[in-house]
Amino acid sequence: MYHYSDFDRDFLAERNAQFRAQVERRLDGSLTEDEFKPLRLMNGVYLQLHAYMLRVAIPYGTLSSDQMRVLAELAERWDKGYGHFTTRQNIQYNWPKLTDIPDMLDRLSDVGLHAIQTSGNTIRNVTADHFAGAAGDEVADPRPVAELLRQWSTDHPEFQFLPRKFKIAVTGSVNDRAVTRAHDIGLLLKEQDGVVGVEVIIGGGLGRTPMIGKTVREFLPLDDLLPYCEAIVSVYNRLGRRDNKYKARIKITVHENGIDTMRDLIEARFAEVKPLFSGVDRQMLAGIEAQFARPDFVANTPAPILDPVLQSFVDTNVTAHRRDDHAIVTISIKKHGETPGDATTAQMNLMADLADAHAYGELRISHEQNVILPHVRRDALPELFAALKSAGLGTANVGLASDIIACPGMDYCALATARSIPVAQGIATRIDELKIEHEVGHLKIKISGCINACGHHHVGHIGILGLDRAGVENYQITLGGDHTQTTVIGERAGPGFAYDQVVPAIERLIFAYLDVRQSADETFIDTFRRLGAAPFKAALYPQEKQDAA
Amino acid sequence: MSRNRPFTPKVLTANLLRDGDVVYYTESDRWSLNLADAEVLEDEAHAQMRLVEADDPAVVVGVYLADVIRTDSGIAPAHFREDFRAAGPTNYDHGKAHGQRPGSEV
Ligand code: SF4
Repeated sequence: MYHYSDFDRDFLAERNAQFRAQVERRLDGSLTEDEFKPLRLMNGVYLQLHAYMLRVAIPYGTLSSDQMRVLAELAERWDKGYGHFTTRQNIQYNWPKLTDIPDMLDRLSDVGLHAIQTSGNTIRNVTADHFAGAAGDEVADPRPVAELLRQWSTDHPEFQFLPRKFKIAVTGSVNDRAVTRAHDIGLLLKEQDGVVGVEVIIGGGLGRTPMIGKTVREFLPLDDLLPYCEAIVSVYNRLGRRDNKYKARIKITVHENGIDTMRDLIEARFAEVKPLFSGVDRQMLAGIEAQFARPDFVANTPAPILDPVLQSFVDTNVTAHRRDDHAIVTISIKKHGETPGDATTAQMNLMADLADAHAYGELRISHEQNVILPHVRRDALPELFAALKSAGLGTANVGLASDIIACPGMDYCALATARSIPVAQGIATRIDELKIEHEVGHLKIKISGCINACGHHHVGHIGILGLDRAGVENYQITLGGDHTQTTVIGERAGPGFAYDQVVPAIERLIFAYLDVRQSADETFIDTFRRLGAAPFKAALYPQEKQDAA
Repeated sequence: MSRNRPFTPKVLTANLLRDGDVVYYTESDRWSLNLADAEVLEDEAHAQMRLVEADDPAVVVGVYLADVIRTDSGIAPAHFREDFRAAGPTNYDHGKAHGQRPGSEV
């Protein structure tokens, strides 16, 4: 785990004091709302539909148990007893009072957390593979690189007013769990001849115009990472369109200029900026790497699992660890019928305690809105599962149809065009009633409440996008998306569905898949790839099939 | 053409500066947590005048006019977004509008 230096602590204290003074000046009338709004946004404070919202960054999704307890404390003291884990490894508090937020930020800074650059046209929270440091398939831990990028991008004087927001994701595994190809910069750590370097991808993004990122450098030496990223953002800062908000992301810059031109410009800028990086960045990275040393793993000999309920949990929620006697446990924050990503104070405290008891005090947050214990002793799995189950956290559905990503949608978000949360709740409840999700197997359903696509619907095997059609909620369904290293943008199935027709439509899709798959081993997405959209469209629009007959 | 179109009744709404609550402007120039207390504005000129009067930056943020419709039981938002603002989120019964005394002014 990275521990804040005196510099980090002083910086945060100063920023928090500044923001406290800015809030006071807003309240006493010295600042207008127009003056105050950009200041609050720079500190992660939004005004949503019902209240202010504070978005706190969880850098590269890594938390210590102490940090998790403070997140729980914030929910209890200043919110309504829960927090919402987001698709960018942040946590959002939906109900803080403006007058309380400076105190919340001070409390966060006690454990090295902050809300800086969780909004605005800046480089946002750097995200990473949520199995970082633990995954059996990992070439290198992406977190030191992500921490270096966090330090470089935080308060970077040149990059506070970019054409648009800028998101970076890092993975160190060939199995991409960080959706790197849908980020402004995606970084893939990989090994060549025993040396770790970086494949650099730019111009990915979802939203109104979804684009899959393109490789700009196949293998960048790790030593060049910061100057190269500086060059990319610098070129984007100059070329990015400021005349049209919808064309301002780097994906459009890459699309309009072409990847080859972008590469030439980036390489030229890289040659200019590289000498300015005196090597301090490399020393910093070495220092950061030392802080991400793995825990002193305790060897153990687990007993065979005899309990079928535990076995079912292990089958879905446990992933291979780099050590055979340890496991990565994903705690589903998707109990059927509950709000995806919402954890109560009691649940957050329990997860922190369980991390201390069984997982060396470490937790991760995934972009899929679940919580991960990355290093669990296998002999502790029965005890851990029992404790999780008693707190409503034992749902064995990770990677299944009810493990749905859903953005806050119109229940909270000021930008929304329709609700997402109750759609997710409705689908998960129905799937639970049907008792089919283990039979259905791996299926990614992702829901966004507007075209901004925070719910990643474009890359869901089934994507759902909520829209406002003439004053009524209407939901477009996309099929065949893929968020992994083989990223695919899903294709629109056809006309949208009314709010109360979405759950039946998804049910028809799932049964159509069960009908046409070759075997239980052929997943939904594999079946879709084999057969194309036709059988699924026929299930979605049975009336049209009849009309055509 | 648009001059002849009947004016859709409106209410003034905003969020409170200090705690973000959704509020509605009343005939007595106060802000209420309840839509039922809102002054219903029936013509454009009056609505624009009240918009200026209501916009006190020391109390509220983002004042705007929202369409309402008249129902047997009073007024209701014309658009579903305003429904959620008035009643709170649908996933929990804990919107700030819930549990407030009718007519509670702030
Ligand atoms: S996708 Fe739209 S509705 Fe959902 S959180 Fe993002 S901006 Fe809000």
